[in-house]
Amino acid sequence: MTRHPSLVIGGLLVAAMVLLAVLAPWIAVYDPEQMDMANRLSGPTAAHWLGTDNFGRDLWARMAFGARISVAIGFLSVAAAALVGTVVGLLAGYYRGWLDNTLMRIVDLFLGFPPIVLALALVAALGPGALNVGVAVAAVLWTQFARVVRSIALVESEREYVVASRAVGASHGRILVRQVLPSTIGPVLVLATLGVGTAVVAESGLSFLGFGVQPPTPTWGWTLAYGMRFLRAHAWLSTVPGLFIMVTVLGFNLFGDGLRDWLDPRGAVSSKQ
Amino acid sequence: MLRYTLKRLLLLVPLLLGVVVVVFALMRLVPGDPAVVFLGQDATPEAVAQLRKSLDLDKPWPVQLGRYIANVARGDLGDSIFRGESVMAAIASRLPATVEVAVAALLIAVLVGLPLGVLAALRRGSPIDVGSMVFAQLGVSMPVFWLGILLMFWFAVELNWLPAVGRGESLHHALFAALGGRPGVLGESLRHLALPAFALALNSAAVMSRLVRTSMLDVLQVEYVRAARGKGVANRRVIVTHALRNALLPVVNVIGLRFGALLGGAVLTESIFGWPGLGQLVVTAISQRDFPLVQGIVLVFALMFALVNLAVDLVTAALDPRMRLEV
Repeated sequence: MTRHPSLVIGGLLVAAMVLLAVLAPWIAVYDPEQMDMANRLSGPTAAHWLGTDNFGRDLWARMAFGARISVAIGFLSVAAAALVGTVVGLLAGYYRGWLDNTLMRIVDLFLGFPPIVLALALVAALGPGALNVGVAVAAVLWTQFARVVRSIALVESEREYVVASRAVGASHGRILVRQVLPSTIGPVLVLATLGVGTAVVAESGLSFLGFGVQPPTPTWGWTLAYGMRFLRAHAWLSTVPGLFIMVTVLGFNLFGDGLRDWLDPRGAVSSKQ
Repeated sequence: MLRYTLKRLLLLVPLLLGVVVVVFALMRLVPGDPAVVFLGQDATPEAVAQLRKSLDLDKPWPVQLGRYIANVARGDLGDSIFRGESVMAAIASRLPATVEVAVAALLIAVLVGLPLGVLAALRRGSPIDVGSMVFAQLGVSMPVFWLGILLMFWFAVELNWLPAVGRGESLHHALFAALGGRPGVLGESLRHLALPAFALALNSAAVMSRLVRTSMLDVLQVEYVRAARGKGVANRRVIVTHALRNALLPVVNVIGLRFGALLGGAVLTESIFGWPGLGQLVVTAISQRDFPLVQGIVLVFALMFALVNLAVDLVTAALDPRMRLEV
């Protein structure tokens, strides 16, 4: 484990953010929407560790509850993307032919849009809100899973043990689930870990623009955008949420990189050298 | 090469057709009657009926789709609901600003990422290498909208060196002005461009430095590079002519993908810096639910993305003939 510092550091950062999200009601001390007009824009104090916003709302509480939104949307959208992408990739790589062609053209179509633009277009149509943001983010991410799983399924379905299973009459479903799917788990886990980082940035970006989860629900992106109004005198209002987003993304990126190196030591050698 | 170019161009047609169908389908995702949603609950029934007619919503959807494709093929993207101008006119007036900031960011990303990656590979394990890896990891993890705000705070608010928002004269006008003896105009344009372009560039610079480093390390191990070294070719020549040229191939390839990220990032950067481009326009259009305008801008973004990727593929094929066999 100590040979993979990214895995350890990333894992600790991810664990910290997940704990923050899960334990928010107990860690936060204040309610994230509780206003305290006597303590507006107070700056970090003993009572308010990260200060307060222009309504006197505790920034630490808003960050802790914001973590719930970001981490939940991150995990759920990536889970949806991984599920859809894995099924599509398996079917395309295993059955090949017209099915492969059709599915991969659909993947190409999704890849034809710049990622954030596709997410924005979907949120524009579906409207804001947690579910729609999750759908938009998943719509951007699933193609990566489909492509990687397909390439693995193409190779695996030619292996001797698969051919042998087919010869003794194993069903396609059984072969796909018992013999092809297990080989995809490692790469899918790596992609998923890196994907959560991307999803957190995408969710925060959409919230930043005002198209994500709507206020008064505390999200990192919206708190950051709102803080811009006070940039001149109270820059920390924007700085703090940005730091939370960055640390989370950094954690998932490091953890994903570390996981890849750990699962595939040969690849790690060539990328690190 | 001509054959390859024609093939690639032909492959672009079904992709673009698919993109147009997806953009058309977006309006079908709008919950409820789109005309009511776009105009709001207070709209008069006449206004709603008129909008339904102008958006072709009163016709069966295959007819709508056929007319949409035919209109797009003619360059007619419909009319903006709230701006009193055609979608095409609104886009045409904003497109140059977006291209300007995206190209500037791409240039900065290459100018920073390339030398950093090469240096890191040549001095493997040195402080430069470690520094470049830290830069890459932070750059990839830093959201563009946060970086934008930090840059604005430091350079515009605290130091007062650069303007916080807005755009000067367009760069090509400014260049002509400078040639005509008014260099101040160009300076002002560049000062406005600096912050949005740097904010947008960092992420791509980080990705590129990491990629160049890996690619360079791989190439330095290859036999022809070792052979060149072995027969006594000067180190600089080995690096530039033998290693770098080949290490750049994957970098050229990734520029296309980065351009997509830059276009997406431009939406956020333009909103922060009040940069009057397509990104800022699409955010306003979504807020106002000006759907024809949203559709038009999404279409133009996808078209630009496709064309840049095509250009990148053609350049890669020209540099490496093996690529031409892959289509």
